[in-house]
Amino acid sequence: MAKPKKKSGREIFALGAEAVVEGALLAGCSFYAGYPITPSSEIMEGMASRLPGTSDGVFVQMEDEIASMGAVIGASLAGRKAMTATSGPGFSLMQEFIGYGCMIEAPLVIVNVMRGGPSTGLPTSPAQADVQQARWGTHGDHSVIVLSASDVQECLAMTVTAFNFAERYRTPVILLLDEITAHTREKITVPTPDSFEILYRLQPSMPPEWYKPFEETVRGVPPMPPLGAGYRYHVTGLTHDPLGFPTQRPDEIVALLERQFRKIDQFFFDIQLADEIETADAEIVVVAYGSVARSAQLAVAQAREKGVKAGLLKLKTLFPFPRTKLERLAPHCKILVVPEMNMGQMSREVKRVNTGQFAVRTINRVDGQIITPAEILKVLRRR
Amino acid sequence: MAERTQLIHHYLRHNKKFPHVYCAGCGHGIALGSLIRSVHALGWSKDEVVMVAGIGCSGRMAVYVDFNTVHAVHGRALTIATGIKLSNPNLKVIVVMGDGDALSIGGNHFIHAARRNIGLSVLVLNNNIYGMTGGQCSSTTPLGATTTTTPFGQMEKSFDLVELAAAAGANYVARASAFHAQGMDKLMQATFTHRGFSLLEVVSPCHTQYGRKNKFKTVVDMYRWLKESATPLEQYRKLSAEKAKGRIPLGVFVDRDEPSLEERYADLRADQTAQAGRR
Ligand SMILES: Cc1ncc(C[n+]2csc(CCOP(=O)(O)OP(=O)(O)O)c2C)c(N)n1
Ligand code: SF4
Repeated sequence: MAKPKKKSGREIFALGAEAVVEGALLAGCSFYAGYPITPSSEIMEGMASRLPGTSDGVFVQMEDEIASMGAVIGASLAGRKAMTATSGPGFSLMQEFIGYGCMIEAPLVIVNVMRGGPSTGLPTSPAQADVQQARWGTHGDHSVIVLSASDVQECLAMTVTAFNFAERYRTPVILLLDEITAHTREKITVPTPDSFEILYRLQPSMPPEWYKPFEETVRGVPPMPPLGAGYRYHVTGLTHDPLGFPTQRPDEIVALLERQFRKIDQFFFDIQLADEIETADAEIVVVAYGSVARSAQLAVAQAREKGVKAGLLKLKTLFPFPRTKLERLAPHCKILVVPEMNMGQMSREVKRVNTGQFAVRTINRVDGQIITPAEILKVLRRR
Repeated sequence: MAERTQLIHHYLRHNKKFPHVYCAGCGHGIALGSLIRSVHALGWSKDEVVMVAGIGCSGRMAVYVDFNTVHAVHGRALTIATGIKLSNPNLKVIVVMGDGDALSIGGNHFIHAARRNIGLSVLVLNNNIYGMTGGQCSSTTPLGATTTTTPFGQMEKSFDLVELAAAAGANYVARASAFHAQGMDKLMQATFTHRGFSLLEVVSPCHTQYGRKNKFKTVVDMYRWLKESATPLEQYRKLSAEKAKGRIPLGVFVDRDEPSLEERYADLRADQTAQAGRR
C-alpha cells in the first residue's frame, strides 16, 4: 500500500476532493476525462486547472459519463495513467465501459463520490449506497478492486494506492468516497513525490513478434505496451484468445476468465487493506469505512472509557472483501457492528463471510444524515 | 494482381483465422480495400495507425487489419478514439462505424466529436440498416422501408449524415459510394490527411439484411441502383429539386481548416508551462 515513507512535504488546507487531485498527480496521472456532477465536481475542476500546466497532462470534459469512461480507456491504451470521477447517476452510466475495462484489462481509476440514491436521489447529501454496484454493477463475471477513504489525508494516499493497484494488476480500480469525506476541509501533508512507491504497468521485454497481449504469466498480468510502440495487437470486449482475437473455444474462454479472476485473487493479501484500531483484545468490533469510520473511531474511544472492550476495523479495501482481517478477530471478539449510510450493503458481505463466529449488528441510515458517534456508542454498550 | 496480393499480405493479419464475416456483395469489404490502398498510398507505417471500430458488421473490420486495433463497445468508438488522440496526437486514428453505431446509439458522441473538432479520420459505412443483428431499422433507414422492426414500413424520418456532421462543426465532410471505388480511394486519402474531425460517409449496400426486403432482387440490382443514383456533388447542385429527388450526391461537402482540439490543447499546454517557468 502507498504509505508515506517519511514525514516530509508541504502542508495544505484541502478538501477531500482536492486531496484526490494531489494524490492523482503524485501517482503520475496525466489524463482526466469527466462530466460534472455533485458532489464530485471539485475533483474535475482541480484537474482542469492543474493538468494543462504539467509536461504532458490532458484534461477533457466529455459529453457524458459514458464518453468520459471511453476517453479514459483510450488514454489508458495509449499508455497514460488515466482517471475520471463521478457520483451515483454518472457511475450507473459508466457500467458498460467498466466491464469493457475489466475485459481488456485496462489500468484506470474511477472515483465515485457517493450521494443519496436511487436515481437523482440526494445530490448534496452523503450516502454509501453504491458499494455493491461498485462490485457488481457491470454485467458478466468479473473481478475488480474497490477502495475507500475516510479522511482527507487518506483521500490522497488511497488515490495513489488506486493507481498503483490499477497499474500492477492491469485493472480498473474504483475509489468510493462519500460526500462528507470529499467536502471536508482539513490540514494535510502533501508528501514529496519520492516518498511514495509509484508503480507502472509492466512493459514487454520480448520482441513484437513474440508478444501476446493476453498471455498467461506467473502473476497472471501480461505486459501492456502503449499503442504505437511497435506491438500491434487487437483489443476487443469479445471473449478473446491470448493474441486478443475473438474466440468461442471453451478452453480459451475458461482460461481468459480464470486468469482475470486469479490475477487479483492470488494477491489478495497485498490488496486487502484495513486499519485495526484497538482490536487486539476487543470483544466487540465496529467494521466501518468512509466518513462513518471516523464516527466509529470516536465511539470506540468513548466505549473504552466506559470499560467496553471495543475496537474498530476500518476498511480501506472493500473488494476483494478483507475477510482474513475478520477471521483474526474471532478468538476474542463475539460481536461485529456494521454502521453504514445505506440499507445494509457491506453488512451483507460481513454476514457472507461470517461462519457463525460473530453476531452481527447493523446500523443503517438512508436519510442523508451522518451516523453519529453517539448512535454507534449506544450499540456498543448494548450487551 | 501481384501488387494486390502484396498489399493483402502486408496489411491483413496472417495470424487471424480467415474467412471474414462479410457476405458476398457487402459494401464493407470494398471500403476495407479502399482503406488499405489509402494507407499504403500515404506511406503510413502500420505502427502509427490505430483503428478504433464500433460494434456491427462494419466494426468487425478491425480484427482483420494489421494495425493497432481496438474493437470498442456499441456506439462508443469515438470516445475511445478521442482519448487515444489526445494522449498521443502523433498517432493516425481511424474510426470505423456503422450507421446504427455512429448515429443511433452513438449519435451524441458523433455530434460532440465533430463539434470538438478532434483530429480523427471517421468512416461511417452506411447501409441504412442494422446488419449484424438481423436487419432492424436504423436512424438512416429511409421513410417507408421494410425492416424486421418496421414490418409495415418505416414511419420515422432518417438522418442525413453529411448535413448532421457539417452542422455539428466537422472540419471535413465527404461522401463516397461502394460502387465507385476509385473515387472512394481519393476521398478516403483526403479524409485521412485532413486536420481536425474528418468524416467520410460510405454508401455501402447490404443486400442480405436490407436489399432483399426492399425490392432489390439481387446484389447486382443494388449496385446498379447505386451506380444510377450516385451523382457528383457539382452536378447535383445544378439539378432542380424534382430531378435531385432520390439521387445520392457524392463528393466533398465541407472543407474547413480550423485548428483541431489536440492542436489547441498543445498551444494551451505550451502557454501554461511557459507561465509556470516565469513564476
Ligand atoms: C449496448 C448494445 N446494444 C445493442 C447491441 C447489439 N448490436 C450489435 S451490432 C448492432 C447494430 C449494428 O448496426 P450498424 O451499426 O448499422 O452496423 P452494421 O452491422 O450494419 O455494419 C446492435 C444493435 C450491442 N452490441 N450493444
Ligand atoms: S449482413 Fe449486411 S452489412 Fe453485414 S456482412 Fe452481410 S451484407 Fe454486410
